Amino acid sequence: MTSDSPAVAATAEHRAAGFRMSTGRFGDRLFAGVARGSGITILAIMAAIAAFLLWKAIPAIVHDHANFLTYGAKSDQTWAPDAQPAKFGIAQLAFGTVVSSFLALIIATPVAIGIALFITYYSPRRLASGLGYIVDLLAAVPSIIYGLWGVNFLSQKMEGVSKGVGTVLGWTGVFGGGNYGGRSLFTASIVLAIMILPIISAISREVFRQVPTAHIEAAQALGATRWETIRIAVLPFGRSGVIAASMLGLGRAMGETIAVALILSAVPGINWHILQNGGGTFAANIALSFQEAGVNGRNALIASGLVLFIITMLVNMGARWVVARRKEFT
Amino acid sequence: MSTISARRGSSLEQISARRRAKDWAVRILVYIAFLLAVIPLVSVLWMVISRGLKDLNGSFLSHSMNAVTANDPGGGVYHAIIGTLEQCLLASLMAVPLGLMTAVYLVEYARGGKLSRVISFFVDVMTGVPSIVAGLFVLTFWLLGLHFDFSGFAGSMALAVLMVPTVVRTTEEMLKLVPNELREAAAALGVPRWRTIMFVVIPTALTGIISGVMLGIARIMGETAPLLLTIFITNAINNDPFHGAQGSLPTFIWDQSTTSGKYAVDRAWAGALVLIIIIMLLNLVARAVAWLRKPATR
Repeated sequence: MTSDSPAVAATAEHRAAGFRMSTGRFGDRLFAGVARGSGITILAIMAAIAAFLLWKAIPAIVHDHANFLTYGAKSDQTWAPDAQPAKFGIAQLAFGTVVSSFLALIIATPVAIGIALFITYYSPRRLASGLGYIVDLLAAVPSIIYGLWGVNFLSQKMEGVSKGVGTVLGWTGVFGGGNYGGRSLFTASIVLAIMILPIISAISREVFRQVPTAHIEAAQALGATRWETIRIAVLPFGRSGVIAASMLGLGRAMGETIAVALILSAVPGINWHILQNGGGTFAANIALSFQEAGVNGRNALIASGLVLFIITMLVNMGARWVVARRKEFT
Repeated sequence: MSTISARRGSSLEQISARRRAKDWAVRILVYIAFLLAVIPLVSVLWMVISRGLKDLNGSFLSHSMNAVTANDPGGGVYHAIIGTLEQCLLASLMAVPLGLMTAVYLVEYARGGKLSRVISFFVDVMTGVPSIVAGLFVLTFWLLGLHFDFSGFAGSMALAVLMVPTVVRTTEEMLKLVPNELREAAAALGVPRWRTIMFVVIPTALTGIISGVMLGIARIMGETAPLLLTIFITNAINNDPFHGAQGSLPTFIWDQSTTSGKYAVDRAWAGALVLIIIIMLLNLVARAVAWLRKPATR
């Protein structure tokens, strides 16, 4: 995302010319060793996260008397890792995580692009950084406070909204089913959308700001209106950056715990009617079930956390890959 | 476009009504998008302030929840504030040196080699680690693996995992801004490399680093999920972060909002107000520090 400054380029040249890493003195070697060690420690932490989660996840899955991947899909299949025999599966959690975070992404991305365009090309120059700061404040609000707001305020408002959406779009099936409630996957998606809005808009803003002035001036010289300038010069340039930004937002939404845990009301089973109360996600289930969990219960939660870890890693690596590919082309 | 020849006399072509309407429609949509972001922010802040002020007073700040049930009035966040401050301090003590030295390695030593590219990639990946996974990691490693008990320190380890990537990235950006002439001048005077970094490069970038660290602290201060798994929940004051369950503001809000009781939810809002005030103050001070002395611009 960041362009290299001339100073960095100069450093790189020096390094290429054989600028020595150390003078060979003891202090120098020690300091360089500590710096290198810190970097390696970070790699070790990441490896340790995967290893320790795996270490506890394997016995849980071995003790599972149901299919770990598909159990939990039906409404009589509850998360019961401490029962005899232990039965639990991630089907409902995976469904809830994927649906809520993708819905959040669909809601948040167009709005975030709009905000980024507003701040970079529509708002008065002098106000731009202040307005950007206001959007960044959304990211400073902790998730527990979004959860509190979501369960005490938004979910009550959403009951009416859900009824409205249900009567208009009920024929689609997903928005149908009657018996609409406020503590649904739909409400959770809206709160997630608000929470990932600042990250997507902040990165999009950076990308839009990097559009070469020559491109914009060329579009304007052709007589393009402001929207046409954006469509032919800004959006094509920023596309991969916006894709990467929304993938990072997706990763954030998938791992979001507390706000979702407070909003959703626990009803087992996969429910395609996302306006009805119920649903669950990996992260929310861990937070809600942890205090009552026994030994196998904890291991089962760790196993589900491992799945979440793997999914978010893949999404994030995908985003970095898109960014890296963009760098090669520009 | 077909009208160009017809209007050869006029100096400039008028924009067609259709194109102008489209331009205006997009302009309005973009303004609406911004409003859509402001509405939840105002709503959240308004709810927190208006409902939080009800319970927020001196006694709320100076008392714990010890022996106060959900149906009793009173109680307070003293134990939670102590816990949050201690946990964030401990997390910073772990995350800042590790993050700072990693950034030094990446910018000053690595020369874009293979190891540095791998580290840089995993720092990015670490940014995306869900907070609950950091909590699970400390749970398996510290509590289940090494058999320690729930404690504030366990929570701060999880917070440190979440804080390290922020520190690395901001420090890296700041170190890159330090002009190379300073390093060359120091090298020309025969100053050892490590002294150059410690006493020339880092002090030059210091304000930026401090502001980045404060933003990192503000970010972890509101984390709830990892703390639920590592510090557990207690209503009593525990000043010792190394032994026994400890309170914290986020877990206090979680506990009060999930227990049903007449007074519990008001206390949750008041706790939220305290938390948001601390976080906003940290944010403001961080911005002020960054704004007062932009690093290395001569």
